[in-house]
Amino acid sequence: MIVAGIDVGGKNVHIVITKNGDILAKAGAPSGINKAEAAEKVYDEALKQAGLTRKDVRRVVATGSSGQRVAFANGVIPDAAADARGVIRLIPSARTVIDVGAEEGRAIKISPEGKVLDFAINEKCAAGTGTFVDTMARALEISVEEMAKISLQSTKSIPMNAQCAVFGESEVVSLIHQKTPKQDIARAVHDAIAGRIGSVARIVGLENDVVIVGGVAKNTGFVESLKRDLGVEVKVPNDPDFVGALGAAAAAAAGVLGEEVKARVVEKETIEEGK
Amino acid sequence: MAKYKTKGLDCWQRAKELRVKYYQDYAEAHDRGALRWEGGAWMFDAVPQSLEGEIHVLTEEPYGASVGANPKLQVRYQEAAEGKWGCARDLCAYLRNYWGSILLNEYAFGGEWPKSDFIFQNHICCSHAKWLQVADEIAGGDIPFFCFDVGVGAYDKIGERQIRYVVDQLHDGIEFLEKHTGRKFSDEKLIQNVKNTYDSCCYWAKTCELNQAVPAPLDEKTMFSLYVLGCLEKSNPDFAHFYKYELYPEVKDRVANQIAAVANEQCRVITDTQPPWGFLRVYRYLEQYGVVAVANLYTNSLIGWWTHDDKGNLVPYPTLEEQGITIKDRDHALWLLVEGELKGKLEWAQFYGAKYKNYFVTKIARQWKCDAAIIHLNRGCEGTAQHQMEMKIALQNMGLPVLTFEGNMADEREFDEARTYRLIDLFVRETLGLKKVTD
Repeated sequence: MIVAGIDVGGKNVHIVITKNGDILAKAGAPSGINKAEAAEKVYDEALKQAGLTRKDVRRVVATGSSGQRVAFANGVIPDAAADARGVIRLIPSARTVIDVGAEEGRAIKISPEGKVLDFAINEKCAAGTGTFVDTMARALEISVEEMAKISLQSTKSIPMNAQCAVFGESEVVSLIHQKTPKQDIARAVHDAIAGRIGSVARIVGLENDVVIVGGVAKNTGFVESLKRDLGVEVKVPNDPDFVGALGAAAAAAAGVLGEEVKARVVEKETIEEGK
Repeated sequence: MAKYKTKGLDCWQRAKELRVKYYQDYAEAHDRGALRWEGGAWMFDAVPQSLEGEIHVLTEEPYGASVGANPKLQVRYQEAAEGKWGCARDLCAYLRNYWGSILLNEYAFGGEWPKSDFIFQNHICCSHAKWLQVADEIAGGDIPFFCFDVGVGAYDKIGERQIRYVVDQLHDGIEFLEKHTGRKFSDEKLIQNVKNTYDSCCYWAKTCELNQAVPAPLDEKTMFSLYVLGCLEKSNPDFAHFYKYELYPEVKDRVANQIAAVANEQCRVITDTQPPWGFLRVYRYLEQYGVVAVANLYTNSLIGWWTHDDKGNLVPYPTLEEQGITIKDRDHALWLLVEGELKGKLEWAQFYGAKYKNYFVTKIARQWKCDAAIIHLNRGCEGTAQHQMEMKIALQNMGLPVLTFEGNMADEREFDEARTYRLIDLFVRETLGLKKVTD
């Protein structure tokens, strides 16, 4: 059976097409402002890679913060559920999943079957997210890839604010003015995010194996910082940014369609004062 | 097909009318030569209400919550408190709504801010006494102010010395009342007001106890609108009558006839603290999954009084009639009032450490047959948000799955509605394994 999973996040769209569990194609691109349009384009690209048409795909399940915008999906599952399904498929021994994407960092405790047992999310704060890394790389006037690379050369730990991206950026600027070497600033940024994400992970409790996924998992500097913060080994699957899409595809294959794709229909009620 | 029968409460309209009348009476009090005073929902209102003649009270927290539920007013009042008075956003959200209302000289229920004749308050948390002290400053700084201390320990530490300490302060308070209002204090009224307070608090607890039934006769969203009367004025004869003779018998009848709050109840949850008042539709969203909020330390015991039975279970605190007590005089009335409040109101417990809060929430979760917990991490109230993460662990240790979501009881700027629905979907579908009734 051919199915597809699509993860529409704050910054990127990822699609995985599978046939009887084997990956046929993967595609990704920035999600941009028009996420629905981006999803259509990336889907077509993945289909082209696999030599398929839309009719060949039995089911599509979407996930991610804009999963509801995917008109061609049969259903939408929550991102943490997609992570759990994707990770357990790649690393069956995983029990703690840490997902750091562009707009959210989360930790998930999962069962051997890939069921979400508990979760914690870094809410209302950009400091524990990929967006924070992007912002700091811009302040350092280097690419995210370069920042990851040079941070590994640093041997110095500089504490910095991880509570707020705005204050964090101002601190980076101060460090630049103090002529602090860029590699030390890069490590300070990664340590700060790792501290933030580490505290979220400790809310659900660390149980081996700990696996990190999401776009920020590709940042080797951050992964090193996270290992130091957690004090445990952290596994990174191949293509960690595609794990959510893979999990959505696994859900599609299992016939788990989740929520119907539609704009949220929330009961319109007159809010009576004090009620 | 629905699993259970359901219908609205017959006394619902009556509860709404009583609440509207309360706020209207307060606004119009001076037109009738009546006095009005400000205090808190935790205040022992039976005391000031026993001055002779007509008198009306405005309690701070329900007022702050009412503004919190009104999107048109809320942000304006919050911004007035921040912009005109320099309030930090981490202060109590009710307090900011209240101050903003005075700063704009607006009464949320219409007209100008109705300035009070005196303030009578107890200091239950780091905000409460300061709240009305500053409210007085904003309103002109000439309102007589009396505040008493209630920080005498949790329910299991309350003995004769603790009760006497508070009772003696109330005797002083009565002198203050007579001096500053020029009115006589009526012991006869006090005795009746204490009886009314017992009826309000004990019968609300009895009503909450009925929610242990499956299916639950009440959902928490409805309960929010019902317990508020006790937060406004526990000693009010109409409110006491409502709890004893209208609400309680009706809910009892619902249990006897298996009338459910939610027709497809399939999961019962315990919640925590005040909800985000402007977003009570979150509870209706949960109901699409058959998830019903049935109990909460806050909802059960903000006005409800409880005690333990021989087996250690929580049971409603006995009424004066059930205890066979006849009130003899002023001191006896004050003693019974303070004893009931300090021993019976479990909500004090959270101020004395996580062990108390954990003890009660795990007990409630068991007795009310809860399958899961949903905790609103309430940035708007430092007091009730204490120990929430310890509480999460305590509930998880007894095997309950727990969802937490961040928000603020009365500042909508701190609540992410769409994200909260995503969290609910994840928790209910994946962790609890439930589907929407419509799926």
